[in-house]
Amino acid sequence: MIRPLIALALTLLLAMPASANPALEAVIADNLDQIEKPSRRTVEPLVAQIAATGPEGLALLQAWSGRALGVTDDGRLLIVDGDTATDAVTGAAVTDAEPKMLRPNSGVRGVIESALVAGEISSPDPARRAAALASIARDGTAEHLAALRAAPAEPDPILARQRQRVTNLLAIRFDAEPAARVAAIERMAGDVGLDFRAALNPLLATSRIAAPAEPDANIARELSIGADDFPRDAAIALLTSQGVLQPRLTPADQRNALAANVTGGTVGGIPVADLFDPAARDRAYEALEASGAVPPAATEAEADAALESHRFFEVYAEPNPDVTDAARAAQTRAQVRLAAMTGIDLGLDALSLASIYFLAAIGLAVTFGVMRVINMAHGEFIMMGAYTGYVVQTLIANRTLSLVVALPLAFAVTFGAGVVLYRLVIRHLAHRPLETLLATFGVSIALQQLAKNIFGTQARPLTAPAWLEGAVTINDVISISSIRVAIFVLALLFLGLFLFIMKRTRLGLEVRAVTQNPGMAASMGINPDRIAMMTFGLGSGIAGIAGVAIGLFAQVTSELGQQYIVQSFMTVVVGGVGNIWGTLAGAALIGGLSKVIEFLNPANTLAAQTFMILFIIIFIQFRPRGIIPQRGRAAEA
Amino acid sequence: MSALLEVDSISVSFDGFKAINNLSFNIGEAELRAVIGPNGAGKTTFMDIVTGKTRPDAGDVKWGTPPKSLLRMNEAQIAREGVGRKFQRPTVFEDQTVADNLTMALKASRNPFSVLGWRPSAASDDKVADLASEVGLAQQVGRKAGELSHGQKQWLEIGMLLAQEPRLLLVDEPAAGMTLAEREQTTALLVRLAQTRAVVVVEHDMDFVRRLNCKVTVLHQGSVLAEGSLDHVTRNPDVIEVYLGR
Amino acid sequence: MTEKLTRQPFILRNPQVLVVLAVLAVFTVAVTLLSQAYGSGVIPTSTVKVLGKTLCLALAAVAMDLVWGYLGILSLGQMAFFALGGYLIGQWLMYARTESIVAASLAQNPIPPTPAELQEGVANQIFGVVGSADLPLVWSFAHSLPIQLLLVLAVPGLLALVFGWLAFRSRVNGVYLSILTQAMTLALALWLFQNDSGFRGNNGLSGLQNIPGLDGIDQATLSVWFLWASALALALAYVLAAWLVSGKFGSVVRAIRDDETRVRFLGYPVEGFKLVVFTLAAMITAVAGALYYPQAGIINPAELMPIASIYLAVWVAIGGRGRLYGAIIGAVVVSLLSSWFTGGRAPSIHLPGYVVNWVDWWQVALGLSFVLVTLFAPKGIAGIFDRLGGILPPQRHGRDLGPDQGALQEQEAKA
Repeated sequence: MIRPLIALALTLLLAMPASANPALEAVIADNLDQIEKPSRRTVEPLVAQIAATGPEGLALLQAWSGRALGVTDDGRLLIVDGDTATDAVTGAAVTDAEPKMLRPNSGVRGVIESALVAGEISSPDPARRAAALASIARDGTAEHLAALRAAPAEPDPILARQRQRVTNLLAIRFDAEPAARVAAIERMAGDVGLDFRAALNPLLATSRIAAPAEPDANIARELSIGADDFPRDAAIALLTSQGVLQPRLTPADQRNALAANVTGGTVGGIPVADLFDPAARDRAYEALEASGAVPPAATEAEADAALESHRFFEVYAEPNPDVTDAARAAQTRAQVRLAAMTGIDLGLDALSLASIYFLAAIGLAVTFGVMRVINMAHGEFIMMGAYTGYVVQTLIANRTLSLVVALPLAFAVTFGAGVVLYRLVIRHLAHRPLETLLATFGVSIALQQLAKNIFGTQARPLTAPAWLEGAVTINDVISISSIRVAIFVLALLFLGLFLFIMKRTRLGLEVRAVTQNPGMAASMGINPDRIAMMTFGLGSGIAGIAGVAIGLFAQVTSELGQQYIVQSFMTVVVGGVGNIWGTLAGAALIGGLSKVIEFLNPANTLAAQTFMILFIIIFIQFRPRGIIPQRGRAAEA
Repeated sequence: MSALLEVDSISVSFDGFKAINNLSFNIGEAELRAVIGPNGAGKTTFMDIVTGKTRPDAGDVKWGTPPKSLLRMNEAQIAREGVGRKFQRPTVFEDQTVADNLTMALKASRNPFSVLGWRPSAASDDKVADLASEVGLAQQVGRKAGELSHGQKQWLEIGMLLAQEPRLLLVDEPAAGMTLAEREQTTALLVRLAQTRAVVVVEHDMDFVRRLNCKVTVLHQGSVLAEGSLDHVTRNPDVIEVYLGR
Repeated sequence: MTEKLTRQPFILRNPQVLVVLAVLAVFTVAVTLLSQAYGSGVIPTSTVKVLGKTLCLALAAVAMDLVWGYLGILSLGQMAFFALGGYLIGQWLMYARTESIVAASLAQNPIPPTPAELQEGVANQIFGVVGSADLPLVWSFAHSLPIQLLLVLAVPGLLALVFGWLAFRSRVNGVYLSILTQAMTLALALWLFQNDSGFRGNNGLSGLQNIPGLDGIDQATLSVWFLWASALALALAYVLAAWLVSGKFGSVVRAIRDDETRVRFLGYPVEGFKLVVFTLAAMITAVAGALYYPQAGIINPAELMPIASIYLAVWVAIGGRGRLYGAIIGAVVVSLLSSWFTGGRAPSIHLPGYVVNWVDWWQVALGLSFVLVTLFAPKGIAGIFDRLGGILPPQRHGRDLGPDQGALQEQEAKA
């Protein structure tokens, strides 16, 4: 509201030394009658006169509208505040007066308040002008519109723009002249602000009416019975609500009416035992109707006749078609721009999700590419990384430092775990991918339960440092949390690191050789066993890093890995193996797709996942080897 | 002589590498043909295309009279048309007995439901016994294929091919890993088979090819370099340069 | 020698079938004689139910063995078919029972209910919990036992057929296929978890232990009936599966497991064979589910999360895949052990400084034992029987080589 703001202004005013204000005194003297009995229609010039007299005048207006103004028998105006009173003209304290309090009606008070705001708007202090604008924007009235238009030009360019915007919004809502409203709408077209859309909505509000002929109203469209949004029942309900049709009988009403009129085992001459049949019930009810035992209800034929003789329209509450047309056009433009921005926002979301999937899947893809085995315990390595982060955080209080320690430590821990798993299990199951899958599944359930035994079943927090807590906000629609940006950066980092290892190091060369042709690589003096162990360790290590990253925004539980493992599998399957770009493409596709499906069906994330998996099954039909398949004769075999 | 198989200017490339380049090849109803060529000449890819394992980028493979295209069929359909293939390494089902292996290969309906209803008969038992003795495995019918020696597995696979009664037999390096006696036995068998059906033998061993005494096709870089009798092609200067290296 | 063997009747060639049937019969009769309803009452009804359910799990394991042990497809989606069977029979159980309750309550009214009112009442009763009062389309046949029984076979069969056709056609195999079956299961589970899927979301279907029309018969008696039904189903499925894998069909199926490319070059339509086995196994599993859930009393989507299917694979692996009786042994032993250990009845082990509570440690032990079995006893428990049976007539399907190794040799041959 405006009042607190003005009260603040007044405290400043009252702090000034009191001095007589002859201009105010004159105005009061001339218009005392009107001040005592103001009329909404005529008070405006008077208020303007008073406001023009300076701070005392404003103080008077403030008190007047706040019902704190009293008039003494000798025609002085007093500003009353509890037990004390001051003279409105001189500012001097008055002790022994018994003023009659003025009670202006709400129309008059509106006039006074907008005059006050107008005064604030033209205040020399930019801060007060800005505050006044903001308060009008929150709660504007038609009087504010007039005040804004009448106010002198705004020197500050930012405030000028804001004022223009607020003026337009108020014009859309309150301007008496349709042309001016249309002009205001057109000036704002393309804006996606919530306030603009809120201003348009009431203009486009419609109601439904039934009429024998086309009514003289601003018709949005004619409804046809049976359309998706206007079923027959809705038409009948509309006719009933307009009193055209007697209310139709609901089955429950009918049953109750029949039950109330059972006489000697029959209702209206029909045996009770036959009343399981709806047709028999209708006959019984008609018989009762005829005898006057129950009120008449519209029959099917009456309903049909009424439907036949009426047309149904959706009419705008706003009578002027130009305004509604302009509003509709502006709304469409706003929606289009909004959709574009939502698209960008969605893209950012998808990007961050894709980064997570990429981090989670890259290790899986590497091990699959090199060894053709799926490590079902991969998800548990992610979990292990997350718990490592949690443990580090309990030891190191500084969040940033703990994160810096946790990332390499998680890598080390899961790298070690991966190497152990490789040496103890996977190595012995070489060339038996299905058995490897099941053996690593055994490891997976053991590790999960172990985590439960150690850390308990409740979720453990892994808190992000303060500098990661906010969000990067671009406008009303587009924003992304800093953690997700950080994860995106992390994913990029690992993509770079991975490419470096693969393309620029001896290890990478050997890994590529083993991937393409293990037999040949072995005969070239590369130890495939060692390479497999290193890649397995590397893949597991990255899973650990992914775990820390995921733990920052998700709860760390023993089931953490399970939530990501299926998506990681999908990423690998969709992307194709043996190529990091395939994993990237797979992650982008899965991440993007799940966000899009989620957007199309926001209420139901479960359905979104279902559809995504179905999509993947279909996708495999067309690209059985993934987006970026391994090529060459070796892949054909 | 009408052609049983007519390969018409096929090409296929892997990742930009042209494994087969505008290759044409014919073989008649009852003919023995040896295909030789250096490594990477496209011999195996050629077999892959005929058997439906690899799809060519261009060209057509026509089969039988009236000629129909094999390109629209999958491996199993092509095999049912009468194209049998013997792989370089013996691939038999090691978990199953010699008799089971041969029974599976016997010419019969391949439909799952017919197979479900299939019962051994005196005729089928005799057929299996005959095949086993033909490939010298009469004493081994009850043993698991995995227990056989390498050479015996080769023979079992040949027996399975015979059981299929193919009209065209594609044989990939049959002599690999065989003793001299076995090679002679194989040569005799191939020559005999070629009297009733078409046989294509891919082989490196010149002595073996010489013993087959048949028309020879030399492949090089995915195309036919020369064709004719062995003596004819070995005199061809191109062949000498790229293959024989003399 | 072999020729003569193959001409013998099926049962004589497969004496293990007789042994399994005999053991099953003795077990069923023994449990009946010790049950509360028909015998001394040594075995409480809850235990009879557990045993009956275990037989259903064994049935599912036999189907899993067909698919994995013989066909070589590690399907991580078998429990989806199991749960589907449960859901489809559950629809009838729940609908018919609710209908009788609603009809009884509506009969209190002075006016007899119309069919529409009856259905509305039933729908309200069943779906009120997910905030709906309409009977979903998928419940159209819920009133009819014969149709739902037919659907128990048809729906999972069709799902397996369509999924299998899509997957096999594009030659997805090995771990890819496993992942895909897992994805299918997850998709189905997530779909069922929704409230508007028409299957009551995560509430699932409940009260399935009450059989409509059999109100006068107590649970003790019903539990024995279901035990017999489960045993009969297991026996029939076992004979069917053993017959399937014994002849030429079985030969081809195992050949596909070992080297499907080679089988293609023999002219067999590999996809067709896979589809037949996969679909049949799905239907057997669905029957197992349809018998299991009336004994369990409740079904919800958590039952078909992928983990359940993986456990099924675990049982078969521990029991010994590629041996039908191995699958039964694995399912029975591991599932009973699991419920014993996780039921809190197993005595804790007191170590110095730590008490090993089996409720907490059983999963760890199971996981590790599973790794050990895969590493050191790939033939599972059935491997022991094989060794003992070495002197018996040769009935040795399978071999030491894993199903994937043959395929790898194939790859190398062409490399």
